Amino acid sequence: MTMNTVGRPTRPDAAAEAAAAPASLTGGRGLLQDEPLIFERGGWGKTGVDLPAPAHDAADLAGFVRDEVALPGLSEPETLRHYVRLSQKNHAIDLALYPLGSCTMKHNPRLNEKAARMAGFADLHPLQPAATVQGALELMDRLAHWLKTLTGMPAVALSPKAGAHGELCGLLCIKAAHEAAGQGQRRTVLVPTSAHGTNPATAAFVGYSVAEIAQTDDGRVDLADLAAKLGPDVAAIMVTNPNTCGLFERDIMEIARLAHEAGAYFYCDGANFNAIVGRVKPGDLGVDAMHINLHKTFSTPHGGGGPGAGPVVLSEALAPFAPAPWVVAGADGFQLAEQPAGEAAQAFGRMCAFHGQMGMFVRAYAYMLSHGADGLRQVAEDAVLNANYIKARLSGALTPAFPDGPCMHEALFDDAWLEGTGVTTLDFAKAMIDEGFHPMTMYFPLVVHGAMLIEPTETESLRELDRFCDALLALAQAAKAGDAERFKAAPVLAPMRRLDETLAARKPKLAWRPEAETG
Amino acid sequence: MRYLPLTPDDRARMLGVIGAPDVDALFVDVPAAARGAAFDLPPHAGEMEVERALAALAAKNRAAGAGPFFCGAGAYRHHVPASVDHIIQRSEFLTSYTPYQPEIAQGTLQVLFEFQTQVAALTGLEVANASMYDGSTACAEAVMMAQRVTRREKAILCGGLHPHYAQVTQTIAHAEGMEIVRQPAAIDPGDTVIAAIDDQTACVVVQTPNVFGVVTDVSKIAEAAHAKGALLVVVTTEAVSCGLLKSPGEMGADIAVAEGQSIGNALNFGGPYVGLFAAREKLVRQMPGRLCGETVDAEGRRGYVLTLSTREQHIRREKATSNICTNSGLCALAFSIHLSLLGGAGLRRLALINHSRARELADAVKGAGLEVLTPRFFNEIAVRTPGPAAALVDALLADGIVAGVPFSRLDPAAGLDDVLLLAATETTTSEDIAALAAALARRSGR
Repeated sequence: MTMNTVGRPTRPDAAAEAAAAPASLTGGRGLLQDEPLIFERGGWGKTGVDLPAPAHDAADLAGFVRDEVALPGLSEPETLRHYVRLSQKNHAIDLALYPLGSCTMKHNPRLNEKAARMAGFADLHPLQPAATVQGALELMDRLAHWLKTLTGMPAVALSPKAGAHGELCGLLCIKAAHEAAGQGQRRTVLVPTSAHGTNPATAAFVGYSVAEIAQTDDGRVDLADLAAKLGPDVAAIMVTNPNTCGLFERDIMEIARLAHEAGAYFYCDGANFNAIVGRVKPGDLGVDAMHINLHKTFSTPHGGGGPGAGPVVLSEALAPFAPAPWVVAGADGFQLAEQPAGEAAQAFGRMCAFHGQMGMFVRAYAYMLSHGADGLRQVAEDAVLNANYIKARLSGALTPAFPDGPCMHEALFDDAWLEGTGVTTLDFAKAMIDEGFHPMTMYFPLVVHGAMLIEPTETESLRELDRFCDALLALAQAAKAGDAERFKAAPVLAPMRRLDETLAARKPKLAWRPEAETG
Repeated sequence: MRYLPLTPDDRARMLGVIGAPDVDALFVDVPAAARGAAFDLPPHAGEMEVERALAALAAKNRAAGAGPFFCGAGAYRHHVPASVDHIIQRSEFLTSYTPYQPEIAQGTLQVLFEFQTQVAALTGLEVANASMYDGSTACAEAVMMAQRVTRREKAILCGGLHPHYAQVTQTIAHAEGMEIVRQPAAIDPGDTVIAAIDDQTACVVVQTPNVFGVVTDVSKIAEAAHAKGALLVVVTTEAVSCGLLKSPGEMGADIAVAEGQSIGNALNFGGPYVGLFAAREKLVRQMPGRLCGETVDAEGRRGYVLTLSTREQHIRREKATSNICTNSGLCALAFSIHLSLLGGAGLRRLALINHSRARELADAVKGAGLEVLTPRFFNEIAVRTPGPAAALVDALLADGIVAGVPFSRLDPAAGLDDVLLLAATETTTSEDIAALAAALARRSGR
């Protein structure tokens, strides 16, 4: 073994020997610290916030007061350590490609974070007088203008707080429109088998029954099946476009025509808008309502699972039923219409307290201004180019679910190529973790066996795409060479090995409790 | 374009690998009629120009902290420690997603487990989920959960419930087929809701402190609801009050929902916020939203995963307990960090300071000759104004004071045009209160 003058190994083979050393004595793994729960480190009765003594007591609330909440407090340095240590156990876009299909994990520009924190936005109360929030209302009005222009739709409801909340908003508009037209008997929503789970869940949430539309062999809506199922009981169709197989619905205009001819509305799930933003207007395709995930196409951060934002663009027919509130531009500036009345009496109700995800509106608007019409078109083109590049590079080793023709912003593979290797899609995904990548979306859409849905987004460089493809090709080769053990054991280099999800569900432990209580 | 890494050379090389002549060939499935769309929007702009444009819009607003400020009514201005915003901007929290791959998401998952434990402790209930969009949607989800648990179709909303919460619940639960009985707005309805509970009632929804600031012991309502086989849903819009007042669980709530914005989150003009959702353990399988649970990995080490997902839309589709997918992860993180700093002791003191400030405010308002309508309050009071409250707020704006929320803005049909809602928090100073009192006295001609 070659050593340098301070006795450290200098050669890779020597370093590899060191890496094979047994686990540490205390559970630490180098920079990865074993971090207990905040409830397990003392700090009971302590606080990390310096607060003055209150001037008055709470004697006037005698009989209404509880015991002090049993929660520990941490000083600021302890707090930073705790959360920084935890953060290091997470994958993130800023670390490497995050190819979760259908999630659009693109770069989150930091200017947008800065803008959202300007006191003139962050320190605004939702119920301040309109005269004190003219800039905020103007921003909402501008955001609405961009969304309407990009989609070619005449109206938008900004308040929905996430994609599924937007779906709910869109279906409630459709329901209200049917009821106003004496078509309340329309109680069925048609949803393709490949749809996101939120589509049928949302339809059921508003009291509709759900019927599935079959899919053709080339991954699109089966027009004949759609035509056969449309009828006087159908309230709407919910179709994702580009669809969850990563394909543009070639017959989208015919789908819209058939739906309209049967008296149904066309709800488009806009989760995949990133593929066509700045290039195609959904309004040109015959869409009646579509939610836009600002946290996907317009890059507001995913934040470990929200907050999102899901504004819904609406056609002329549905616009009168949009929920309160909305911004009205008048001669004396901007106002918020918060109480549906008068001309706006057809509004179906309210989606949430206040006006929606303003913090996300600021970020999305900054993103739009930064890109402009030309940049957004480039976003769609690069997103689609990147996905097709991955599809082209991997197709020799993996089996594309729909090999003919280009994909849109995501490339879908099935698990046919793993047959006989003893390796499953799950195993393959877990092995990707050891190579430093977040796995793709697995086992979705449900219509493709062992699905692997890869969405790189436009913010990946060619170098990173190649690194990703090289890793997957190397893994594919290992799988085909019979190295199933590697895959079954994976991940071995992550902060955790595979977790027992069955145990978690069988005996749910959803909160920490003191030892004595748990017995 | 600074956010797009591909160069023209890269693109040409990639098209070569794909075997496509140009990028248009990749959009060949778009119908001809929809190609060539034109967009009347400006071109891309540099970071400095965009920042300037946003700053100009921000400058047209009056920040809450720019002077005396008394708005509450479901959103509260609190001080957030600097470390909270620093931590939530760490890449690994900000730019990660729902922990679908638990082996590389233990940071987020452990935070969620801690968050759930904190929410359970605050609400006095056994289990809490990983958050909802906000308090109002959590309220609607609670009502629909009560329907699933009891298999009954009627919900009664108490007259002290925030009108926005009532509207959201009416909108969503009614669409699903429930009958929503909304009692007329009343400042201190006390136990009057009890008479309305019958054996068709799925749940009663009561807010404390209510929208008029009134602190209520809901124990009797809980007993009455349970006697009829109904559930009690307790709503709280000011999470800091949980540090001082009897918890929903202690008073017999089956489900507690709250707006968590007050802890760790800025006002943000109404969103994003974070909905807290807790319930009795036996109801857990009917809960909406994501749940994080403890388990072990292949080496027996403790870890965390999303669990009981057979309730959720991605597995159950139309049979799911809710359509919710994304929750409010980063806001829940901010909540959890702030609460970790405070601890139970700090939260208690913070709550006492809020209450103390509100006592000062109530005394000052009385001194200015206005009637305080809230008999027992935490940090918010309703006062009767000489004329329409909205006109008074407009008038005081000329004095540089944002004098709270006219109740008529929330519910114009309630006939309470002369009711003004005023909140005080630890950020309210004695000078702010003195300025308000002086202006009120002047404006009401005393």
